[in-house]
Amino acid sequence: MGWNRKVLRVNLTAGTCTPEPLNMAWANDYLGSRGLASKYLVEEIDPKVDPLSPDNKMIMATGPLTGTMASTGGRYTVVTKGALTNAIACSNSGGYFGAEMKFAGWDMVVFEGKSPKPVYLYLENDKAELRCAAHLWGKTCWETEETIKASHQDPQIKVSSIGAAGENQVLFACIVNDLHRAAGRSGVGAVMGSKNLKAVAIRGTKGVSGIKDFPAFLQATQAGKKVLADNAVTGQGLPKYGTQVLMNVINEMGALPTRNHRDVQFEEAGKISAEAMHEKRPTDGKAHLVTNAACFGCTIACGRISKIDETHFSVKNSPKYWGASGGLEYEAAWALGAANGVGDLEALHYANMLCNEHGMDPISFGATVGAAMELYDLGILTKEQIGLEAQFGSAEALCKLVEMTAHGEGFGKELGMGSARMCAKYGKPELSMSVKGQEFPAYDSRGIQGMGLTYATSNRGACHLRSYTVASEVLGIPVKTDPLTTDGKPELVKAFQDATSVFDAAGICIFTSFAWTLADVQPQVQAACEGDWSMDKLNLVGERIWNMERQFNLAAGLTAADDDLPPRLKTEPAKTGPAKGLVNGIDKMKPEYYKIRGWDSNGVPDKATLDRLGL
Amino acid sequence: MKVTLKLYATLADYLPAGARNNRVELDVADAATVNAVLAPFSLPPKLTHLVLINGVFVPPEARDSTPLAEGDALAVWPPIAGG
Repeated sequence: MGWNRKVLRVNLTAGTCTPEPLNMAWANDYLGSRGLASKYLVEEIDPKVDPLSPDNKMIMATGPLTGTMASTGGRYTVVTKGALTNAIACSNSGGYFGAEMKFAGWDMVVFEGKSPKPVYLYLENDKAELRCAAHLWGKTCWETEETIKASHQDPQIKVSSIGAAGENQVLFACIVNDLHRAAGRSGVGAVMGSKNLKAVAIRGTKGVSGIKDFPAFLQATQAGKKVLADNAVTGQGLPKYGTQVLMNVINEMGALPTRNHRDVQFEEAGKISAEAMHEKRPTDGKAHLVTNAACFGCTIACGRISKIDETHFSVKNSPKYWGASGGLEYEAAWALGAANGVGDLEALHYANMLCNEHGMDPISFGATVGAAMELYDLGILTKEQIGLEAQFGSAEALCKLVEMTAHGEGFGKELGMGSARMCAKYGKPELSMSVKGQEFPAYDSRGIQGMGLTYATSNRGACHLRSYTVASEVLGIPVKTDPLTTDGKPELVKAFQDATSVFDAAGICIFTSFAWTLADVQPQVQAACEGDWSMDKLNLVGERIWNMERQFNLAAGLTAADDDLPPRLKTEPAKTGPAKGLVNGIDKMKPEYYKIRGWDSNGVPDKATLDRLGL
Repeated sequence: MKVTLKLYATLADYLPAGARNNRVELDVADAATVNAVLAPFSLPPKLTHLVLINGVFVPPEARDSTPLAEGDALAVWPPIAGG
């Protein structure tokens, strides 16, 4: 069995930690992690609950492959009702924390209620205790991890925590583990903060036992690793250049959202790209990039570890930021850079470090700054209101605003609401580049049409990690499709959405899908887990997870009207590049997508679909 | 005619010495095809993966027959991905 069959239920109101058996009937239907934790959430909370109330729950969950020999098997997810989106949230993180939870003997931890005082959960194998976190409240994610390790005299403890952003309930606060990995999106850190839960610290020494058929598992995982090693993308491209290599590609294709999506190409994209991170700086003769890095069990190692220029204005008086630190990854570099017109690589790295240190999603933060800069450009926001000059391209403004937002200072409080609420407050809701309250990632859907449908129908708000059709439309994985047409995109999006649900539920990284198909994952799951895990079953599980999330959102009050894009992307054509003159064809794709999904014209799954999926 | 060749990621090693910002301006024959423009740079075929003219993908089977026009930008990447 890939599962430990054990759940920890933590009632923060009562201060109790209670083990209970994993619901194996649900595990058989939802596999693990995103799927299984979402099933628990859906069964246990009112969909209309206020995300920041004690009645919301938050679940940290592993999958059956988490902590195993499967490549990239280090993932865990945080499932809750999202503070930013009011929709179901599932944020996925790598690093080493997820594997440690498995090693301690737990599949997931369900947090409910609200602690009267700040606490952290300490798990040491079977031992589970809520401990006082008064001395940790106010500390950064980095300080929290260091303090907990020191106080327990164990550097092997793995920590997930919130920083100032989560404590202040910044609506896009994230949960940071292993210093620079994060369950980043939808405001899961704000939910954690609302519960007065500062951190989860785990030490597990049990390893993973009980793999159903170990010889078959060894064979399947080795075969999977060979596929990854032999593939040019996962074996060479990602380790060498990381995700940041996309900066020039997407810019060349005219799909790099720039200055709050006013433009689709950024004239300074080259200065913030992977290639730029490899170049030696004139100031110190060193390259920005120090090395690549891998999460637990990963044989791809796409992560970036970099050092900032010590003479840069942002850190010249702050030596604590001079060391090697995680980043930049493509999404952060885009959101902090092109989205605001900022072409200063060092400033982006500084802002990214502060997002990691204080626990903020750099995508939503950067995109919200972009919206504020447009409001400033239009004269709707003034220097007096913001507290500084905030024109597009200002690295100084970016670096100051990241501090103000994390700490809830001045205009930072407004930014901390996210772009949708901020733009609505200032009478320009249409300037928020978001869906369901969550900001877009780094692909303009006028130049990559399928991503418009991806964003509009994502169950957790605008997100590229729910159906990454960029793989097909740009990179030709598994087959090349035309990014400028809507033809075939509803089918493509559905296929990506369902398959991604399975990768997430298994506890592996979605980046394996650049080389693996579900046919590569299936023998690993089958060998690890009891029961039937055929391709047919996995395909059904993926579709079931997607529809379960959909039903939660509908019950929460979301409608087909929420499956839409901001007017800018539907009415303002791209100005340059291959997509010049194009808007996104969401209105053509959406009805086709609903039909393919087996949903009615209001986006509600019909009875036949629900019956087929056992929902 | 003049065109711009851009080589990214590991392909940057195949640019002439002194090339900056991953690009070089070229003087090529009128209506030169993609493969004709790339030939002098001896790019490994396996690394000549993502080929764009002005941002538009040119599939492998069309690279021998697709001509460039004055002022076009030809950009090439090895197999890469991101997220």
